[in-house]
Amino acid sequence: MIEAVLSQLFQTLLAVLLAPLMLGWINNCRAWLQNKSAPGLMQPYRTLRKLFHKDAVLAHNASSLFRVAPYLIFGCMVLAASIVPAIETNLPFAYAADAIALVGVFALARVFMALAAMDIGTAFGSLGARREMLVAFLAEPALLMVLFTPALISQSTSLNTMVATLGQREFALYPSLAYAAVAFVMVLLAENARIPIDNPATHLELTMIHEAMILEYSARHLALMEWAAAMKLMIYCTVGIALFAPWGIAAAGDWQLLPAATIALVAKLLLAGGGLAVLETVSAKMRIFRAPEFLGMAFLLGVLGMLTHFLLER
Amino acid sequence: MNLPLSAQLINLMAALLLLIAFAMLSQRRILSLIYLFAWQGAVLSANTLIVAWSTGQPHLYYSALITLALKVIVLPWLLHRLIVRLDIERDVETMINIPITMLIGIALVIFAFNLALPIAQWAQTITRSTLGIAIASVLLSFLMMITRRKAVPQVIGFLAMENGLFFAATSTTYGMPMVVELGIALDVLVGTFIFGIFFFQIRETFDSLDISNLEKLKED
Repeated sequence: MIEAVLSQLFQTLLAVLLAPLMLGWINNCRAWLQNKSAPGLMQPYRTLRKLFHKDAVLAHNASSLFRVAPYLIFGCMVLAASIVPAIETNLPFAYAADAIALVGVFALARVFMALAAMDIGTAFGSLGARREMLVAFLAEPALLMVLFTPALISQSTSLNTMVATLGQREFALYPSLAYAAVAFVMVLLAENARIPIDNPATHLELTMIHEAMILEYSARHLALMEWAAAMKLMIYCTVGIALFAPWGIAAAGDWQLLPAATIALVAKLLLAGGGLAVLETVSAKMRIFRAPEFLGMAFLLGVLGMLTHFLLER
Repeated sequence: MNLPLSAQLINLMAALLLLIAFAMLSQRRILSLIYLFAWQGAVLSANTLIVAWSTGQPHLYYSALITLALKVIVLPWLLHRLIVRLDIERDVETMINIPITMLIGIALVIFAFNLALPIAQWAQTITRSTLGIAIASVLLSFLMMITRRKAVPQVIGFLAMENGLFFAATSTTYGMPMVVELGIALDVLVGTFIFGIFFFQIRETFDSLDISNLEKLKED
């Protein structure tokens, strides 16, 4: 029991502490690919430290919700990070929430972010919140469809069981998972405000979504918001790795494999970050009204994955 | 799921084929449509190779080779030349907007899968479960031909439908006899030539490739 709690702690801490590094790695890759000089891997940490040292400024008409939201969102992300088996499949926390609850945790964070954005009453805040909701209500069913395919294969909605089934049994090719993986990447891009839907590198443009919502935040609140966003990206990447490339994740209670599993995870995250940077470099940002089509495609691929599972894999 | 590796590979190829069919349906640019068509041919050829290797049918090697030569190299090259000379790299006009087309596509896929399941249950071939996907890709190519306004995407839809039929033949009976296959290959090649000539004629007469012009019987 103690061992399980320790591995749970280790894994959650890893996700929380490595998230800014992952963001830094993606930004660096992107800078290299676009012939810019890179800001350095540690830049997100430096930004966070700077923000934590500043004094917070709040608008006069900010309600308590505005102040509570960053902590809530950060808490949601920590919870989400602790139920995704990234290194080992024996997580005590994972029994608390399955894949569907994971989507719910993300939704909770999103609702509070949108409410906080509208709380001050600035034009940018409500604009960002509305756009975020437009993207989210299309991305959420797509994400559920994506998660249902591995759930059908492993006959369980628990992430632990899914990873154990997919990664630690005899190797088999699942065509349905190929569909689900493509759909998952599309949802990942949309949900984390990456380039075809939103541009993470710009401030103060009329096209922004995520940045518009956190425009009113400063200092430690902003730091928590940005850290939570980095963690969300990290969690999405680890979910993708756990479902579609689970090789190397240690079985429950196998302590010798833990260092190897950690190294495998870091290597896979590096690859995923590089791939994300390439995707963002080769594609251009879409108009917001093309987003429904993009996410409709993701939903369709998720459904196709389930259908091919019924046709080919039974 | 306990299938031999070759069957798993065939299933993967079938899934890829369906993915490409949907990508073609959603594509707005003619040039990308041609690249997708070439990819479809490549996947088809690879699938035929795997079937040939796992069942030991020598004539399937030849048909894989013909597919590779014709559908991956010659036809896309011809189409590419055509659209460069017609100067129409980017305009694909659809009758219905693309998300609705995709939804119709999903309905077609469900229909095809339902149709194929009872047939596949009685079959003994290694490729039996892919029949549903073959029917689905034929229907999706049909849909593409129906929903596109311009002549070039319609022709690509027609060629994609032929790909689907070829896939259906491989998955149900390990391919057609060599004579039939050669005949179809020649037909498709000649057909594309004739379509090419038609394109120029249509454009010369109507100044556009919109085939709704062909519905007018009288000159006004």
